Amino acid sequence: MFGRTTDTSGLDETIDNGETLVSIDNLEKYYDAGGLFEDPVKAVDGVSFDIRKGETVGLVGESGCGKTTLGRTTIGLDDATRGSVRSRGVEVTDLAGSDLRRWQQDAQIVFQDPEASLDDRMTVGEIVREPLDGHDQGTPDTRREQVFDLLDRVGLQEEHYYRYPHQFSGGQRQRVGIARALALEPEFLVLDEPTTALDVSVQARIINLLEELQNELDLTYLFIAHDLSVIRHIADRVVVMYLGEIVETGPTADVFEDPTHPYTASLLSAVPVVRTQGETAIERERIRLRGTPPSPRDPPPGCRFATRCPAKIHPDDVELSERAWAVVEEFRVLLRERSRYQESVTETVTRRLGLDTDETIDTIRAEMFDGIDLPDDVRSDVDRASELAATGRAKEASEYLRENLGSVCDKERPSSESVGAERQSRCLRNRAEYDDVAAVLDRREGEET
Amino acid sequence: MSDATRGEPLLAVEDLSVVFRTDKERIHAIDDVTFDIQAGETVGLVGESGSGKSVTARSILGLVDEPGRIESGSIYFRGEDLTQVGWEGARGDIAIVFQDPSGSLNPVYTVGNQIREALRMHQGLTGSAARDEAVDLLETVGISDAEKRVNAYPSEFSGGMRQRAVIATALACDPDLLVCDEPTTALDVTIQAQILDVLGDLQREEDLSILFITHDMGVISEVADRVNVMYAGEVVERAPADRLFSDPAHPYTRGLLASIPSVRDSDDQLLTIEGEVPTSNEAPTSCRFASRCPKAFDECTQVHPDHIDLGGGQSAACLLFEDELNSPVTPESGLPGAADAGESARTDGGEE
Repeated sequence: MFGRTTDTSGLDETIDNGETLVSIDNLEKYYDAGGLFEDPVKAVDGVSFDIRKGETVGLVGESGCGKTTLGRTTIGLDDATRGSVRSRGVEVTDLAGSDLRRWQQDAQIVFQDPEASLDDRMTVGEIVREPLDGHDQGTPDTRREQVFDLLDRVGLQEEHYYRYPHQFSGGQRQRVGIARALALEPEFLVLDEPTTALDVSVQARIINLLEELQNELDLTYLFIAHDLSVIRHIADRVVVMYLGEIVETGPTADVFEDPTHPYTASLLSAVPVVRTQGETAIERERIRLRGTPPSPRDPPPGCRFATRCPAKIHPDDVELSERAWAVVEEFRVLLRERSRYQESVTETVTRRLGLDTDETIDTIRAEMFDGIDLPDDVRSDVDRASELAATGRAKEASEYLRENLGSVCDKERPSSESVGAERQSRCLRNRAEYDDVAAVLDRREGEET
Repeated sequence: MSDATRGEPLLAVEDLSVVFRTDKERIHAIDDVTFDIQAGETVGLVGESGSGKSVTARSILGLVDEPGRIESGSIYFRGEDLTQVGWEGARGDIAIVFQDPSGSLNPVYTVGNQIREALRMHQGLTGSAARDEAVDLLETVGISDAEKRVNAYPSEFSGGMRQRAVIATALACDPDLLVCDEPTTALDVTIQAQILDVLGDLQREEDLSILFITHDMGVISEVADRVNVMYAGEVVERAPADRLFSDPAHPYTRGLLASIPSVRDSDDQLLTIEGEVPTSNEAPTSCRFASRCPKAFDECTQVHPDHIDLGGGQSAACLLFEDELNSPVTPESGLPGAADAGESARTDGGEE
């Protein structure tokens, strides 16, 4: 990878709107992979999708799902661990030196926090001019003219050239960030939460600006946001990420109206919506997700969403009511999370030697399973797990329950499958043998409580 | 619920003005802010940065420090004016939850220690009684395995759990009024949903009054009974939540609502409000929104608008509604033409 020159002439090829501009294939980005005893953080773990010229792809997911890392890796700000990013047939993850700079001219990024991403000691003019200087474009005079044009394009005035970022409001600073990103006339922009730090009325103006610029300059966007309504507004297609993986992709309107992955459905149901008088907006009750996302260092072995999934498939050899299943899953989350936090060595040793037992687990279990009728075999499984947890073996307890009460979702990692026109979803329920997600969510909503 | 059927409010803020003085200038952070909260009610304060909502919250807790000062007005809590009698007597009865949970917890003490400290100060609980109560509080805010987690440090908690711990600490004072200043802004939507559930449950179980401050209209629509919309230090509109969102009256409220993208459909272009929120160096003598208002006319820059009652608990500080004050309004019909008040404006502002 060092000093190797790649043929980047392909990057100059013109392509039409709708053709693939950037193709991401099985991209992985791991952190701290050098540690001897610790697993790496799998921030992005095998992600594939295409971005077409002229479109806006929305990338959504909760904090820590890997969306920012994916954005940075795509344009070469971070090195990929494995996998490929290609543009016009050129593998851009391999590029170095001047070749990398050639690609970064085409692919720019706008950051979330306009406050932190602009150097306060430089004037706005210098900030916007910096990429032009760096790439040695034109003469100092033509560069200055270019900066004036750029400022004008993003709705700022010539006189702003000489001011400093701290003299600007958040919205104006974000305009400066956009002007800088546009300086080298890129065709592809990664927009990383560009409006998250802004007030709604300012956000609306920045979104409108981005849409205008896209039309005028024929830009292609990868728009990263956790705000689903912004994505709904701006994105043609949406990519939903959870714990380093893509769980669902498709045209935005289709995915939002009829999500096929339980995570997408949960995410959408969690968005608070302005309700007006007389409006009976909520078709389905809000889905409450159990716990928090697992650590990307230690993702669940089957489906990554299985620990929190509201539509999880139950094992067919165990007969339990929906309510009992809900409590069992809750108990498993508790054990899993318990295995994650550190106990002191003495605590662990004394417990394992049987010199001391942790009684808290019995209290919790009694409360959780209060009023729940369990068949004998399930009860003895729960008993066994409690014993293990009480003697400092939360991890074994968690694994024991996965072995005995886990379903196909805990064991098999689903692959991404086509679920309609341009739509992909990574869920075992897409298979014909299982009920589909919407039906299950509707049914369980009634039965769990 | 009409005003007449309400009892004595738990909190009544009347004509509150807070000014920040520096060598160079006086900045009017809030001017003549008036609103009240009944027992067991959730009242929302919405507005953008610089609208004065956080200063209002801090004033209620007596947390306005130099160079800021409460210039005039009253804050009645259970009938007593805190600006006169001081906040000492109300300490513990009013608690606050800030936006950033990390900043509200001390990283070197366990979560349990911090809750127990609050319990000792406000309820005189110590030893195992305090410990048990701390565990109970963590359970109340939905932290599972509280027995174990009471010994954890804040850094071992996720963002959502930290905010729960902050709420638990606030509850340790056994407050009557909980001031929530953007409590879910730093959280993901699924976690935000969990926190909103917790607050809702608490309110039902403990008969807690909540002042909920946010810029998120969706959140406020979900949690608030009544809403006050703030702009540039003033309350420009107040209304029951469902009414505010179906019939916003003030041009600022309407502009704000139109600028929010919807998760349900993608409109072609978002409507925007041009210009910036002004900073005020003097008490208002005209409408502070006039320079940005698509419906503004000459008088708007000369007269400061008072709140005009639009019926049904709604009022707006806007000259557009003055005519209705003078024309007969049937109480049932609420506000005739309020929904299209914009169209009856005297100048053709022409919304974008």
